[in-house]
Amino acid sequence: MYTKRNLLNALMMGVFSLAAVIAVVPLFAVLGYVLKNGLTSLNLAFFTELPGMMGVGGGMANAIIGTLIVVALASVMGIPIGILAAIYLSEYDRRSWFSTLVRFTSDVLTGIPSIIVGIVVYAAIVVRTKHFSAFSGGVALAVIMIPSVIRATEEMLRLVPHTIREAGDALGIPKWRTILSIVLPTAAKGILTGALLAVARISGETAPLLFTALGNLYYAHSLNEPIATLPLNIYFYAISPYDQWHKQAWAGALVLVFIVIVLNVVARLAFRTRMGKN
Amino acid sequence: MKKKRPRASWGDRILRSASGLTAVLVVGIMIWLGWEMFVSSRQSLHQFGWAFLGGRVWDPVHRIFGALPFIYGTLVTSIVALVIAGPIGLGVAIFLSEMAPATVRSVVGFLVELLAAIPSVVLGLWGIFVLAPFLGKVVEPWLGRRLGFIPLFHGAPVGVDLLNGGLILAIMILPTIASISREVMTAVPTVQREAALALGATKWEMIRIGVLAYAKSGIIGSVILGLGRALGETMAVTMVIGNMPNISPSLFSTAYSMAAVIANEFTEATYGLYLSALMEVGLILFAITLLLNIFARLLVWSVARGPKGGHLV
Repeated sequence: MYTKRNLLNALMMGVFSLAAVIAVVPLFAVLGYVLKNGLTSLNLAFFTELPGMMGVGGGMANAIIGTLIVVALASVMGIPIGILAAIYLSEYDRRSWFSTLVRFTSDVLTGIPSIIVGIVVYAAIVVRTKHFSAFSGGVALAVIMIPSVIRATEEMLRLVPHTIREAGDALGIPKWRTILSIVLPTAAKGILTGALLAVARISGETAPLLFTALGNLYYAHSLNEPIATLPLNIYFYAISPYDQWHKQAWAGALVLVFIVIVLNVVARLAFRTRMGKN
Repeated sequence: MKKKRPRASWGDRILRSASGLTAVLVVGIMIWLGWEMFVSSRQSLHQFGWAFLGGRVWDPVHRIFGALPFIYGTLVTSIVALVIAGPIGLGVAIFLSEMAPATVRSVVGFLVELLAAIPSVVLGLWGIFVLAPFLGKVVEPWLGRRLGFIPLFHGAPVGVDLLNGGLILAIMILPTIASISREVMTAVPTVQREAALALGATKWEMIRIGVLAYAKSGIIGSVILGLGRALGETMAVTMVIGNMPNISPSLFSTAYSMAAVIANEFTEATYGLYLSALMEVGLILFAITLLLNIFARLLVWSVARGPKGGHLV
């Protein structure tokens, strides 16, 4: 009886370890191919030139810049809104039914498919302004990033010890100054981590941009024009029939994955130094 | 919070109302999404009624729209993904929360999170050019020879099909399931484990009695959240599912999904009813994922976060 239990124990431990091994296999399989196919297709022209005609070389300079623009636009809208909402949830109203509702809605919002956000922004902005635009793409991505910023920020604000807020109170500092100059800076690194992870997440988003940013063969000259982004280009090139474009898609994937991984690593390093200091 | 302050300065009033406004905005966004979807699909809702859900024909030229093939493709790929990623994700979560030493935990945990960070369009690219040939030339012929008598594995192997879609989705939802069920297991009080161990339980028995039993509802919640993610995933599935509105019992058949039809046809919808029908597909997707997410979050919250939201003082 005893050995049978031990045997089962060993078996289950093996199964769980195996699951962990299986889980990381796809990561290396994907990263390996992206690296292999991406490196052979990547060259200087990719970063400096505009897309070529049907199936011919060229680069994705406009898409790389476009991604930066749209993501920056989304961050400018999404991060402050997310942080403010988290301040409300953590500093002003922790327990009422309303804050529970907001917290819950925010969590549920993370699970809404991003393409839904895309078509709603299309109906609300693109249809009304009568043109696709970088701006509408930014709005769509902002909506997608807000819930993750809220969640990360709120968790960080909660880690700030209460004694700090009480010290502010005892000194007669108004609450808003305590929040802005004491509580927020204390949690700053953690909030930065959350914001960077949210930025990383939207950098790779494609679906919400299909009907908002649309894509563009050239540089966009204003936020009211359609704009090319890296994920959109990867998609269009991947489903095209041209070998040369497939190569470009791999090169694009390598650049995109590089950006996303760097953001992830930087985010985690920022968090680690915070933990180290405390 | 409870104590009344002598006077609320203007700074306080501004910060309080500004932050309160953004909180209202969050709820507003959710209502806006639902409302806009509903309004935009009214024409189609009115024209087809409930028959839209059961209609097998999607023919923009003759103005006939039925969503069944898309619902079918979405459900089948998601179920395949769940069957594969559910057990593995759970195994990873147990490994990370109960077994792994600190260094292994942080490394494997980071790798799993990195998997979640890979953009879906990149996974789709990999699915088209790496996974599809592999499935079409190696895996599917083999499955067909061994298990071809089951309708599930019957038919000509193409590689760009329901199976590919399901596998890609499995890769995508595995981190979701793993990280949320890990979060739930970590929230299980240590005394649960100590009590089981004190009774002479082996490690597995401790996990089963002390952890899994306690975290059950949260774990189910994490799996449902994974399902919700699979249902709504767009790019990767669009790239590998074949984009043909078929309803076939075989996993080797090309198919279509709800998100994919929206992605492919939205900008081509030339007249109002067409656009409205696509919007209604979106509305169905929105409604399903909304309900699943509400249900799943309640389950997860019951173990890990708690709607109480902690206390201030």
